[in-house]
Amino acid sequence: MSENESTKPSKINPRFRYEVAKMPGGEKLLQCFQCGTCTSDCPIARFNEKYRPRTIIHMAQIGLKDKILDSEFLWLCASCFTCTDRCPQGVEVANVIRILKNMAAEEGHIPQLFRELLSNLLKTGYVYEIPESRIRRRETLGLPPLPKGDSESILKTIQDLKMARVLNSE
Amino acid sequence: MEKVGKYMFFLGCTIPYRVTSYEISARKVLQRLGVDLVEMPEFNCCGLPLEPLSHELTLILSARNLAVAEREGLDILTLCPGCFGTLKKTNKALREDKSLKEEINGCLKEVGLEFKGSVNVKHISQFLIEDIGLDRIKKSVIKPLRGLRVAEHSGCHLSRPRKYLEFEDPENPKALKTLIEATGAKYVEYMDETECCGATIAGIDDKISLSLVREKLSHIKSAGAEALITMCPSCHIMYDANQIRVERMFKETYGIPVLHYTQLLGLAMGMPPEELGLDELRVNPSKIMKYVMEIKPRL
Ligand code: SF4
Ligand code: SF4
Repeated sequence: MSENESTKPSKINPRFRYEVAKMPGGEKLLQCFQCGTCTSDCPIARFNEKYRPRTIIHMAQIGLKDKILDSEFLWLCASCFTCTDRCPQGVEVANVIRILKNMAAEEGHIPQLFRELLSNLLKTGYVYEIPESRIRRRETLGLPPLPKGDSESILKTIQDLKMARVLNSE
Repeated sequence: MEKVGKYMFFLGCTIPYRVTSYEISARKVLQRLGVDLVEMPEFNCCGLPLEPLSHELTLILSARNLAVAEREGLDILTLCPGCFGTLKKTNKALREDKSLKEEINGCLKEVGLEFKGSVNVKHISQFLIEDIGLDRIKKSVIKPLRGLRVAEHSGCHLSRPRKYLEFEDPENPKALKTLIEATGAKYVEYMDETECCGATIAGIDDKISLSLVREKLSHIKSAGAEALITMCPSCHIMYDANQIRVERMFKETYGIPVLHYTQLLGLAMGMPPEELGLDELRVNPSKIMKYVMEIKPRL
């Protein structure tokens, strides 16, 4: 986010918090009283001054939808769930952040890394492209062959997801 | 040793991709303990790495694996805490929410599968403690690693979020410590033991993830541990392979060997290091191997 962008006033969407709160894991969003436990215990926040889970929660509460969904900081959450386990109000902070990432992804904001993981999954069933040499080496090491992923059937099970449609339409 | 039953062995993606040493040692150790591992007849990723894109996608992917295990009538055993947590969370969510179950089953029907909720999922640490039992593990040790001082890192996804995983106390995880003691080795405590390894954002922001690794390694070094023991393939990559990157980036030396618990246990069972994939490790474990070689096996 550039300086200019961050000082520009942002549009508020007053319904947004209810949208988040109706998703599984987002139910307690409105309970947050901004104590800051999540930020002070967040390993990522210690190494990046732009990443503040409490601020993300607050932004979601007041409805800064576009600002959150366009942001890059959202993708820095390591999903360690420390915040979730320690929030005195029972806010599932990491899950709220995951809901926000999912919303961002549905709008097409998908970091390259995740595009690669998804494309590997659809090709092989594994999210990583396991090199041929590694697969052959298993035999020399006395390991059984890797279980096979069936890409056609994976595609069939997920064809109705919004996510799959977003990727197809690109 | 007497058999302890059959389990569906869930390897996941990270282990075959980069952490073969974990698989090699786990298979050896489990076989010695009389566990019969059945390979997944079909497989897809548990869904965790893609959860940032779509929670529903993760539910479908993990439910699919659960349904395959159900069809075979076997409980699932995982080596990766990420796979464990994801499969377990989906199992719980679908068991508790009938309409969600129906929705997901609608997707699985396309490929002739159905989630019923009839199998359980365990990570190898929980499995060793609850199903094998510490007594049996201790009995399998013929080279007690007395005098060896090691640190442990259990990893976030084994116990967090507490509300969903119901296994360990995430603020004070004990399973790995107990398992280390069963080998005769001693665990050393260090600062911020439960801090995240940063693996999930490696590739998004390497600087942050390597800074987390560096911090952990420096705490372990100050505590005087001779090795670090993990039970997660992703944490292992961060501390073993990426230790070398950290040393380069920050111009520091650590030289802390990082062993999978299954390697430590295998050594204590008297297995030769080459059968446990110790030659696959990036940080040279020769000091530990030399120490283990000098222990006389009790027969
Ligand atoms: S810890 Fe919970 S209550 Fe406190 S700021 Fe974070 S989300 Fe809000
Ligand atoms: S889950 Fe995300 S926001 Fe919460 S403590 Fe971990 S990195 Fe920070």
